[in-house]
Amino acid sequence: MPTPSRYWREIPQRYRFETNQCAKCGLKFFPPRLICPECKNQELEEAKIEEKGKLLTYTIIRVPPHQYVDQAPYAVGIAELDDGVKLTGQIVDCDFDDLKIGMRLKLEFRKVFQEGESGILCYGYKFVPDEL
Amino acid sequence: MRDVAVIGTGMTKWGELWEKSMRTIFVETALLALKDAGVDRIDSMYVGSMSSGLFVGQEHIASLLADYLGQTPVPSTRVETACASGGLAFRLGFMEVASGMSDVVLVSGIEKMTDVNGYEATYALGTAADQEYEGYHGITFPGLYALIAMAHMEKYGTTREQLAMVAVKNHRNGAKNPLAQFPFETTIEAVLNSVMVADPLRILDCSPITDGAAAVILCPVEMARKMGKPIVKVIGTGHATDSIALSSRKDVTWLEATYQAGKAAYEMAGKKPEDIDVLEVHDCFTIAEICVMEALGIVEKGQAGKAVEEGLTAMEGKIPINTSGGLKSKGHPVGATGVAQIIEIMKQLCGESGERQVKDAKVGMTQNMGGSGGSAVVHIFEKE
Repeated sequence: MPTPSRYWREIPQRYRFETNQCAKCGLKFFPPRLICPECKNQELEEAKIEEKGKLLTYTIIRVPPHQYVDQAPYAVGIAELDDGVKLTGQIVDCDFDDLKIGMRLKLEFRKVFQEGESGILCYGYKFVPDEL
Repeated sequence: MRDVAVIGTGMTKWGELWEKSMRTIFVETALLALKDAGVDRIDSMYVGSMSSGLFVGQEHIASLLADYLGQTPVPSTRVETACASGGLAFRLGFMEVASGMSDVVLVSGIEKMTDVNGYEATYALGTAADQEYEGYHGITFPGLYALIAMAHMEKYGTTREQLAMVAVKNHRNGAKNPLAQFPFETTIEAVLNSVMVADPLRILDCSPITDGAAAVILCPVEMARKMGKPIVKVIGTGHATDSIALSSRKDVTWLEATYQAGKAAYEMAGKKPEDIDVLEVHDCFTIAEICVMEALGIVEKGQAGKAVEEGLTAMEGKIPINTSGGLKSKGHPVGATGVAQIIEIMKQLCGESGERQVKDAKVGMTQNMGGSGGSAVVHIFEKE
């Protein structure tokens, strides 16, 4: 359950896909990091993640956590973006029967969930099919 | 380092124990272990517990449980690595005895999971995943293992039926375990027709919510010999980490932490996968057992589904896995699981497993993991 400060500090990566990468080996992280897990270098440069990629694996959540009860069933997957960054997110605007490992996806800014009746509206990225 | 032996075990019936509190479950179990070991004092104790804070609203349980066991002022340490907490508690107890710091150490694991409702339990377990980048997007624990299963099926051709066979095998074993939460058999059809939780995993692919504890007593081998105990030595231990976010891993079908922990334990023990006579693994979901078999080198990458189908890991197979019933049938009180696995191996090596006994078992192994595989602890035991 995000408090305002916890929610606010994730906004650059969740809303604007901002991150960083290793200035030495070039590995791009998501979310941003303070040290490269591959070469241990601490010199980093700002970067943005690619907004297109492909689906590596997926599932359909039938038994959700409580803040997602209104949305179930819904699809969640891991995508590998065209810059090699991998991330987890919901897959929307797609019939479950059309989900396929390897399908092209793009990131879109959407409402992710709502924290109760008077809580924070939580936004971020979701995956949608990318017609080539 | 001194050689270390397990000289006593304690475990009570697992399940939905409405009438018992966390402290009562713990003390009953620990007293059984002390009695079994025949010791009247301990130098120190460890408690594996994933989330007593979220499950019963109680932190600071190391001292609480030492008090209710009547053992204050001995040092008591709580250990947390999600569902691998019990296995890691054992490793720390082993290190304390091996180092010479203490002679008699109690290692336990506990989780009281049914004092909260299903949503709260799902949330508590979900905190073992990356809250900001996995949990935020509505993924659940069955969901994470479903992502692994879907990828494993796509990459290696593992079938839905093969996953079901893991549950069927473990329930067949668990039906002979009087302490198991669900001591009954099931069928492939029943698994395949059970309620879908996260495609392709159904409810009978999942381990249950359980109240339970497990405890063992460790001491130096020389002391165990003087006490006239059967000698079951801890000959290998390994512990490793990986990113807790599944998406950060190079290959979601590969459990690198389990591979690394296994490698360390095999090297320390001077054993190979083919030397293991009986093995308890962390089958929190059916796909987990498949991936663990591959990471521990029991079979080649991608071959575990087929091996289960061919009966390699059945009670009468070449390497029986989860003779206790596994997490699937025995239950999965998360912090206790790693210690209970060790108790099953201890009983097997001492020839005390009754109907579940593996003939001539001399070397046994346990693998316990946390989250979707971000922590793993492996131990190897040998009967003298």
